[in-house]
Amino acid sequence: MRRTRGVLAMTAAAAMLLALSACGDDNGGGGGGGGQADKEVEVFTWWTGPGEGEGLAALIAEFEKQNSGVKFTNAAVAGGSGTQARQALATRLLANQPPDSYQLHAGQEAASDIKDGRLEDVTYLYERNGWKDKFPKGLLDAITVDGKIYTVPVNIHRSNLLWYNPAKLKEWGIAAPPKTWSEFLTQAATLKAKGVKPMSVGQTWTQMHLLENVLLGELGADKYKGLWNGSTDWAGADVISALDMFKQVMAVSEVTTQDWQPEAKKVLDGTAAYNVMGDWLDAYAGRDQKKTYGTEYASVATPGSEGVYNFLSDSFTLPKGAPHKGAAEKWLTLCGSTAGQDLFNPQKGSVPARTDADKSKYKGYLETALKDWQNSSTTIVGSLVHGVTANNAWKSEIEKAYGVFFQDKDSMKFANAVKTAYSSVGK
Amino acid sequence: MSQTVVAGRREERRPAPPPRRRRKWSRRLRSWGPGLLLVAPSLVALAIFVYGFAGWNVRMSVSSWRGLRQPNDFIGLRNYRELFVDETFRNDVRNLVVFTLVFILGSLAIGAFLALLLDKGVRGESVFRSIYLLPMAISFIATGIIWRWLLDSSTGSSTAGINKLFVYIGLDWLRSDWHKTPNMWAIAFIALPAAWSLSGYVMALFLAGLRGIPEELREAARVDGATESKVYWHVVRPLMLPVLMSAVVILTHISLKTFDLLYAIAPLDARTETPALYMWYTSFRGGFFARGAAIATLLFVAVALVIVPYIWYSVRSERRR
Repeated sequence: MRRTRGVLAMTAAAAMLLALSACGDDNGGGGGGGGQADKEVEVFTWWTGPGEGEGLAALIAEFEKQNSGVKFTNAAVAGGSGTQARQALATRLLANQPPDSYQLHAGQEAASDIKDGRLEDVTYLYERNGWKDKFPKGLLDAITVDGKIYTVPVNIHRSNLLWYNPAKLKEWGIAAPPKTWSEFLTQAATLKAKGVKPMSVGQTWTQMHLLENVLLGELGADKYKGLWNGSTDWAGADVISALDMFKQVMAVSEVTTQDWQPEAKKVLDGTAAYNVMGDWLDAYAGRDQKKTYGTEYASVATPGSEGVYNFLSDSFTLPKGAPHKGAAEKWLTLCGSTAGQDLFNPQKGSVPARTDADKSKYKGYLETALKDWQNSSTTIVGSLVHGVTANNAWKSEIEKAYGVFFQDKDSMKFANAVKTAYSSVGK
Repeated sequence: MSQTVVAGRREERRPAPPPRRRRKWSRRLRSWGPGLLLVAPSLVALAIFVYGFAGWNVRMSVSSWRGLRQPNDFIGLRNYRELFVDETFRNDVRNLVVFTLVFILGSLAIGAFLALLLDKGVRGESVFRSIYLLPMAISFIATGIIWRWLLDSSTGSSTAGINKLFVYIGLDWLRSDWHKTPNMWAIAFIALPAAWSLSGYVMALFLAGLRGIPEELREAARVDGATESKVYWHVVRPLMLPVLMSAVVILTHISLKTFDLLYAIAPLDARTETPALYMWYTSFRGGFFARGAAIATLLFVAVALVIVPYIWYSVRSERRR
């Protein structure tokens, strides 16, 4: 009796396994081709959240209007900063089944995909559409690899922003947000005495987001850039003292393991004084929490980074072996056009990468952001956490080293670990 | 010519013994052939999808695979050697040991307690049984997100979760930083939700075990003058040992591969990172696929170290029966 039941169970298990394996193979057909007659295009993004979802929908609507008869497949994988999406994408790329175009953070995040021969050089699209004079030079420099461009940036976000609540700040007797990190520490002492948390920080990526901006503020734009190309010594005295500053900032902050929104909300609610976060916070505060920019919440450049735009950019690519290359080119052309960028960005809460965008479409925070971005005296540097300055391998080694640093607070060891990782995988 | 004759003669001679052997073979085949046939698809699937890929994983762990191009080289045990001196990996292993201990002891204690309560006989036992089992029906990812809120460590007016409950009932001094505690016990606080969610399962195992103990044995002990606690200690406990063994084995392998719960509560947090998480981060965020494969192989070996002796033991004891 027992044996029969065992056999039955085994058979059932086998049948289920076989059914599963049969399900896996529904991806055949299609493939190959290109040319003008593409009937569909598949675009892979991680834009599903509020704001970004609407922005993508607006872009898709415009694409379908321009190219009637082309079916648009929105292959979005949810998850902030593309963490989940990257994993799903890696699986597809390894199986040589790329989508027609996929989202990437512009910069070094694309480096390994380029090195492994997964991406087409799209410089010809820049030449065909005259984009080279429309995007700022600092941005083009950051996304050019060996003289070639592989990505089309749709939007620009800013990482180095210090968010606060103007009314509350006045109430606590603080005249203006700090201009340097040591001034922040002085203010922090005052705030603590009043029972206010000086800064709210969330889970690891938000801590590293703070770290990159403390480094930027303490080292200045040039040395900060040097951190990522080997010209600034990580183990140098100035970097170590910047890391020590970061430890002091963390020591006076309330550090949780929440995502960024609950931490931002503490500033909006007035339980914490400052929060360092990128400008996607604006869409959250304005649209989601129904607050007004300028009176109920406001932002300045993080201490020591005035005149610097620590950017990150979402961009689209043309993978090698994309099944519908012609349609993908049309998609990329739309993404790089003024029309496309002006449709997407007001929704997403970011500024267009192009400098000739329609200023009247950007209000509130975005108005000032666009002015800064288009100002030719603004220095442009790239963000570590958001994929601009370090390739994936180095970035994950830095994350790993940060985990140790967070526990043992040994600046020198952290700096050396980052340095070692740079020489083995960073270049 | 003569050869064919010889061969022919041989063929003539041969047929004599086979009938018996064939009959023996066919008898054997008839007895376990259908079984084998029924199990075959499963065996083939197992061979390919489990052992085939596990083997492939081991192969990858001795290559230098990084990024999206897969090399076919062989670099020996370098990935393993690097892991053993990797501070993050050691930290993760230590976390895993703490997690496993707290998780197993926690769910065994809660599960055994619940099972004993139910065993004493309560009205509406089946209702309680379902209630206690329910946490297991919630996926670890949902459990994780709920417990991330419950284990919030904000202070002052933004106090939330269990800490807030403590404030309400006047037990403020119990307030804790939970998994943000800056020492090696941080992960123990995540083991608690894990223990909570599997305690119902352990209860079910134990309850089945308790029900399997013949009432006569307890009666006999009572007749001999044993107190109720003595009955449990001297009669019930030894008989529950096999159940305890299987519970420990099941819990250990669940613990070794726990990923979702930890990821949902505190992603990328070194205080609560385990090798399973490290494997995923390093492979899919950093593209260090060979290193990830090495970690996976080590986890596989660790699970095997727990499971294999158990299987060996249970096969032997079954045979003895």
